[in-house]
Amino acid sequence: MRLVVDLNRCQGYAQCAFLAPDVFAMHGEESLLYNPHADETHRDQVLRAATACPVQAILVDDMSDASAAAGDIAGREGPAGVR
Amino acid sequence: MTQATLLRQIIDYSSRADPYPLYAELRKTPVLQEGDDLFVVSTYWEIKSLLHDPRISSDARNLSPSAAGTLLQEEEEASALPPAFLRLDPPEHDRLRRMTMRPFGPPETPRRVHNMRGELARIVSGLIDGFGDRNRIDVVDDFSYPFPVTVICRLLGVPREDEALFHSWADTIAAGLDPDPGQDPGERRRVTQQARTELGKYLSGLIDERSGAPGDDMLSALVTQHGEDGQMTRMELLSTASLLLIAGHETTVNLITNGMLTLLRNPDVLERLRGDPGLALPIVEELLRFEPPVQLLPQRTTLADIDINGVTIPKGASVWLVLASGNRDPQRFPDPDRFDPDRKDNQHLGFGSGIHNCFGAPLARLEAQLALTELARRLNSPRLVEDPPPYRQNAVLRGPRHLNITFDGFHA
Amino acid sequence: MSGDGALAWLRREGRIVIVGASLAGLRAAETLRKEGFTGSLTLIGDEPHEPYDRPPLSKQVLLGHATADRTALPRRLALDAHWRLGVAATGLDMAAKRVRLADGDEVEYDRLLIATGVHARPWPHKSEAELDGVFVLRTRDDAARLQRRLAASPRRVLVIGAGFTGSEIASACRERGLPVTVAERGAAPLVGALGGVIGRAAADLQREHGVDLRCGIMVTALEGDAPGRLRRAHLSDGTTIDTDVAVVSLGATRNTEWLAGSGLGAGPRGIACDAGCRAFDVRGIVTDDVFVAGDVARSPHALFGYQFLSLEHWGNAVAQAETAAHNMISSSSERRPHLWVPAFWSAQFGVNIKSVGVPSLGEEVIVAQGSLSDRRFTCVYGYQGRVIAAVAFDQTKWLEFYQRQIESAAPFPPDYPSVDRRPEGLRPVPAEFPDPSLPTHGPSVTVSGYSPTDQRITFVPAHA
Repeated sequence: MRLVVDLNRCQGYAQCAFLAPDVFAMHGEESLLYNPHADETHRDQVLRAATACPVQAILVDDMSDASAAAGDIAGREGPAGVR
Repeated sequence: MTQATLLRQIIDYSSRADPYPLYAELRKTPVLQEGDDLFVVSTYWEIKSLLHDPRISSDARNLSPSAAGTLLQEEEEASALPPAFLRLDPPEHDRLRRMTMRPFGPPETPRRVHNMRGELARIVSGLIDGFGDRNRIDVVDDFSYPFPVTVICRLLGVPREDEALFHSWADTIAAGLDPDPGQDPGERRRVTQQARTELGKYLSGLIDERSGAPGDDMLSALVTQHGEDGQMTRMELLSTASLLLIAGHETTVNLITNGMLTLLRNPDVLERLRGDPGLALPIVEELLRFEPPVQLLPQRTTLADIDINGVTIPKGASVWLVLASGNRDPQRFPDPDRFDPDRKDNQHLGFGSGIHNCFGAPLARLEAQLALTELARRLNSPRLVEDPPPYRQNAVLRGPRHLNITFDGFHA
Repeated sequence: MSGDGALAWLRREGRIVIVGASLAGLRAAETLRKEGFTGSLTLIGDEPHEPYDRPPLSKQVLLGHATADRTALPRRLALDAHWRLGVAATGLDMAAKRVRLADGDEVEYDRLLIATGVHARPWPHKSEAELDGVFVLRTRDDAARLQRRLAASPRRVLVIGAGFTGSEIASACRERGLPVTVAERGAAPLVGALGGVIGRAAADLQREHGVDLRCGIMVTALEGDAPGRLRRAHLSDGTTIDTDVAVVSLGATRNTEWLAGSGLGAGPRGIACDAGCRAFDVRGIVTDDVFVAGDVARSPHALFGYQFLSLEHWGNAVAQAETAAHNMISSSSERRPHLWVPAFWSAQFGVNIKSVGVPSLGEEVIVAQGSLSDRRFTCVYGYQGRVIAAVAFDQTKWLEFYQRQIESAAPFPPDYPSVDRRPEGLRPVPAEFPDPSLPTHGPSVTVSGYSPTDQRITFVPAHA
């Protein structure tokens, strides 16, 4: 699953790094590093983090890895479920 | 004087079960002056802006002498312990909070809370199993009090069997936060101070034990740490440990109880949660908006005159930030009095905001998610015995004292 | 056809073409669909990849915490778009409303959005730039190449230019345990963007983390061996550095060459547009069917004296794309100005640097909270007696307050006490920005020109 964090909004509350430590990590006190393409097995963690973010800075989509593969984007893309 | 009456009404116990209509009245004057020295802020954007305003102090020593005599402002001065980081400003606040965070969360200990999930689940299961063949329980005494208390004890490394001891101290100290304790201030001060002293003595003994034989608990880590910020002094350790123990006792219990009460009042949501445990995530966020366990922050003061919403709050005034009212502000949340777990962009104030945002928030979130999911999943047809339930006295740390429910047995 | 009828037709079955398939292009496309545009939507991108996020490239990716080919941006909704990826736009015919593509194709539009962004400024000496071991970092392919080379444990990495990207690269290299030399023409890292006061703190930060930082110096030549591998760099002070990796971080150049001769007001400084994101033509007349967003745009900002700002900021790309998209399918009375307050962040050496406003406009700076020597502070910049910007090192939770100060033109220096004010915060000091006529490495905000009504607007020819 793909995700992006709006780091202008992020204020370093670190809820994501607590709740989804396999995907989000604090680097120092305030800097957030995250995996922009989290493994499916970490889906629960990512949703927990995105829901808890106090400034709602985490955007996640549900495009499966298969439909995200480079092959299909030359043509018209299929629907992407978004939460 | 009608507005002064409004604040009194909010504090009065008779409004504890449903203060929200009074908050709606309060929001008609977003920054309400009460007497000379007290200003009550009740709208979302104004609260949010003051929580991020560096002219606002959490340190009671910045109150003007007259404001220091207003409601709520006496309890810590009477105490033997120095203020914990909750009641300090940067840089002391930042240093102590950073040192306390080191054994609790990222960046140094990123997996501590995550790794407690299994243990939390076992505690919850054990408590529900303990309902036995009863078909009526008190959610507070049988579940939502013992659960977070067991967790904070394990986390801190405090023996669970001592719980009866510090339970009463914690309750007494938390009652010191209540604007209308129904007893005379002198007596309350004496009782609160005594509880603090007792708790301090108790923790001091534990600290001695831990420094000799550290375990993997937080207290041991706090006692033994030597980081870039140095070591905590004995007094800093005591006030920090007291803060964590009291906060662990007096807040999550209300989040879970308020949660169960709200779910029972919204059976459609309860039913959805039963079928979809993932719904616990937005349910808990919406609860933090809808029924926040900390209703207001009564301990801020101004370092300068601050102009806000047409009012000048003078330097040294006492400022109350009514989080629970900001959470119901229709300017920020559409249809704010509706409990709606599908709400978008829910940037509630349930855990505060800015540098004093709730330290234990990630743990409280997990506890509440797990507790509500399991209660929903395992109890057959739970029903409220009385609505509203009886509330605790405290207007700040607001929640039911008992929540009696009946049900038709439970699943394994 | 009446105006309203034309707009309704456009929204229903018009053709919208977006040139530039990165963050701004994607967010614009999503906004168009979200606001009800049901016509045909084409996204054209010169890279063969679907839209991906760039900030992780100089951080997570170089550290090996994420891979370059897994940085694609999440989608907010299904786009139902026609993608032309791996094909650059090569020309624009505004009269015929056609975009020419590198493969000879032409695409017609009713509304055009240009979001072609920037590319990394290459090393100026072509033969040296082609040496094996010389890199730039802008695209995900750049990042993949550089990451592979860093993973092979080079004996030293030379970073040329200590702007944000260069500093982040140096930080990642140090974290990987690689020896790093940073060569910066200015007096300190980040000096073009944040001035000399914070620049000195940034310099200390780099040195504390083991960077061999050399300021006030230029790399004069890159030297290779016979097989064409980088071996050595020559500096303007006569010294040399043995190195097998050099990362050229000399800022960015706007992707406007393809518009040369189109009649659009496009040049090396970007494409001028009004606050509603409509592009100007070379005559200074605003177009009504060509819109601009993201790094390639420069637009007047009401908060900053209507000066034209070019912002290479992630947040600006998002906000401007959304405004441009909205305006593309709205009647004139429903259009919105792009009034985003500039903001950006950087993560380096374990410190979170965040900025609001336009620091480079600042004349003076005051350490409003914290202390420079602690590397935890909030600096406030003043311009003509008002607050114009604030920059925090690991104190981001206070920035909301200073953003409001900027928006309300609050007086500078701040005349109130605040928490954590230290003795060094009692008086403002000169902000020490370098003379703007002296090029430095990559200031992230450049101010150029004045309002649309000001006839002094001149367009520098492309390839200047």
